[in-house]
Amino acid sequence: MAQLSYREAVGAAIAQEMRRDESVVFLGEDVAAAGGVFKATSGLLEEFGPRRVLDTPISEQAILGTVMGAAMTGLRPIAEIMYSDFFAVCWDLVANQMAKTRYMTNGQVSLPLVIRTGNGGGLRFGAQHSQSIENWAMAVPGLKVVMPSTPEDLIGLFAASVRDNDPVLFLESKSLYASKDEIPEGEIVHRLGEAKIKRVGSDATIVTIGAMVPRALEAAELLSSGQGIDCEVIDIRSLVPLDAKAILESVAKTSRLFTVEENPRLCGWGAEVASIVADEIFYDLDGPIVRITTPHIPLPAAAELEDETIPSVAKIVDVIKGRMG
Amino acid sequence: MTLANAAHEGFQHNLVIDRDLQIKLYRRMVELRQFEKRAYDLFLQGLVKGTSHLSLGQEAISAAFGEAMQQGDWTFATYRGHAHTLSRGVPMAPVMAELMGRADGLMAGKGGSMHLTSVEHGMMGSYAIVGAHLPIAIGAAFSSKYRNSHQVAVCFFGDGTTNIGAFHEALNLAAIWKLPVVFVCENNLYMEYTSIYDVTAVEHPAADRASAYGLERLIVDGNDPDAVYSMAIDRLSRARNGEGPSLIEALTYRQTGHSRADPGKYRPDEEVARWLEKDPITTYRARLVVNGASGALLDQIDGEVMAEVDRATEQAKASGPPPVELVMKDVWSDGGSGWRN
Ligand SMILES: Cc1ncc(C[n+]2csc(CCOP(=O)(O)OP(=O)(O)O)c2C)c(N)n1
Ligand SMILES: [Mg+2]
Repeated sequence: MAQLSYREAVGAAIAQEMRRDESVVFLGEDVAAAGGVFKATSGLLEEFGPRRVLDTPISEQAILGTVMGAAMTGLRPIAEIMYSDFFAVCWDLVANQMAKTRYMTNGQVSLPLVIRTGNGGGLRFGAQHSQSIENWAMAVPGLKVVMPSTPEDLIGLFAASVRDNDPVLFLESKSLYASKDEIPEGEIVHRLGEAKIKRVGSDATIVTIGAMVPRALEAAELLSSGQGIDCEVIDIRSLVPLDAKAILESVAKTSRLFTVEENPRLCGWGAEVASIVADEIFYDLDGPIVRITTPHIPLPAAAELEDETIPSVAKIVDVIKGRMG
Repeated sequence: MTLANAAHEGFQHNLVIDRDLQIKLYRRMVELRQFEKRAYDLFLQGLVKGTSHLSLGQEAISAAFGEAMQQGDWTFATYRGHAHTLSRGVPMAPVMAELMGRADGLMAGKGGSMHLTSVEHGMMGSYAIVGAHLPIAIGAAFSSKYRNSHQVAVCFFGDGTTNIGAFHEALNLAAIWKLPVVFVCENNLYMEYTSIYDVTAVEHPAADRASAYGLERLIVDGNDPDAVYSMAIDRLSRARNGEGPSLIEALTYRQTGHSRADPGKYRPDEEVARWLEKDPITTYRARLVVNGASGALLDQIDGEVMAEVDRATEQAKASGPPPVELVMKDVWSDGGSGWRN
């Protein structure tokens, strides 16, 4: 067991896959010599050299086109888009090209590529560097959407994403980069579409992902000790594919469902989860399904304002306490 | 034998194009022409649906590149991609069937006219969002360089495409990484309906931008297959030898409207007439005859091509509609479309 930060896990995850497979290359802005703006990729250039780890110009379309064309012709490339907000300048490559090419060509083209990106708020970066874009990504058929919440999951899910033959958007929570955890020795490989039950409980199910996982867990402890409400916490880990079975089994047991989502409210992933549960196990529910989300606003910069927006531990506790009463 | 000597800049070629190759180029251009004219007829009969974009008048470019490229090289084209697809050796029948939305279509009806793709022929796709495929082509070129496979990516696009950001991003990255890619701008004077000169800061939308990326200014007569072929051979071999990318501006003209819905009325009559005189097929045929090719042979080729187009049409018509099961297939590499358990 070694202690690793979420930030260090990024570099470890990329290195694990690059050591194993010569067809893996990694490119993005400031990722090589500088080691990334979040210093998550330091050391890769030194280990793998400039042929496999490349600094690019500020050309998000060219970066994503490069990985798409390379993936079509035998490589397993990894791109970094520095902040997920920047997908707005290259969304054509993601939504129109990568997501649709296999389908349009009747299966002729495979795109084994990963785009990793810093997603979400918490760093007081304001409206254009803090967005949670998981609901943009989920809205496009043909994209897999993965969001790790711990260093170990980051490595395991990243390995699964690199080895997957479809385009994967790998959303790293910027606010988790500093968090640390134990990592098992040896190669770590998980599977996409497998949720983890992070806390077993009997009164209510909290479904969450990414940076909201540690908050939901902390809230669950407070609800248990303070209110005697025993919550089950599920980290769904990938939105596409979605482990709906794990959610349905848990809600069938607890009879209540709360989602905790960092994305803005409209069409957030929790709406889809709520719809599945309402559709398939409505009569197992003992009360309304409640979504706890960031409101439908651009994110403000100041600490006090940002903290008012993204679901906090206190907010999660308040809402669940209020709705379970 | 003839020495190609059409007007062009940036390249003094001395390539001798032999008679057999010229005959091949002629046949290919006639194939492209007759195929697309048939596709248009089938549209009028209601058998081809949706939209499609013809390259009538632009055949010399795809025909010449198709001959100049090697097996293993990659073509990236736009929605105006029928000619580029056929020029890589994709048979007519599946292309026609794709335009007709039939089961035997090149992509079984899932792509349609604007997305013709045949990976086994190196036809890596037709892209319908202006500019998108320039970055994708450099990705293929990157992969060639990485694997040291000496494959070249060739990316065709229109004059209008030079004003979108992806064009500039792709050229810069291709240039700094010295990637084996040849960008071919088919300057047919128009975007959809607007003259390129009305919306572009320079006279030559591609060639005048080349220097911004440290590339040579290359202009070729896009209606002269010999000239395009010579330029293509030169630029493909440079790319293959590690000398980096090229940007070629091929001057040509779209003889019909932008898409089948467009009668092209915005074009001055005099301009249309002038370019019809420069039709790549009639002018090439005249050149071949002057150089001693037999008119009977060329007539025979014309006849063979018509028969081939007839056969392809009948084959496509004989194919049924695609099975509806295809709808839920091939979103993912497991062959399906599931997103949950
Ligand atoms: C990003 C984008 N903007 C606009 C369009 C609509 N559109 C389709 S073709 C076209 C004209 C393109 O002109 P050009 O690059 O000269 O190619 P040509 O059609 O002449 O071959 C336009 C504007 C599009 N498909 N994609
Ligand atoms: Mg044009």
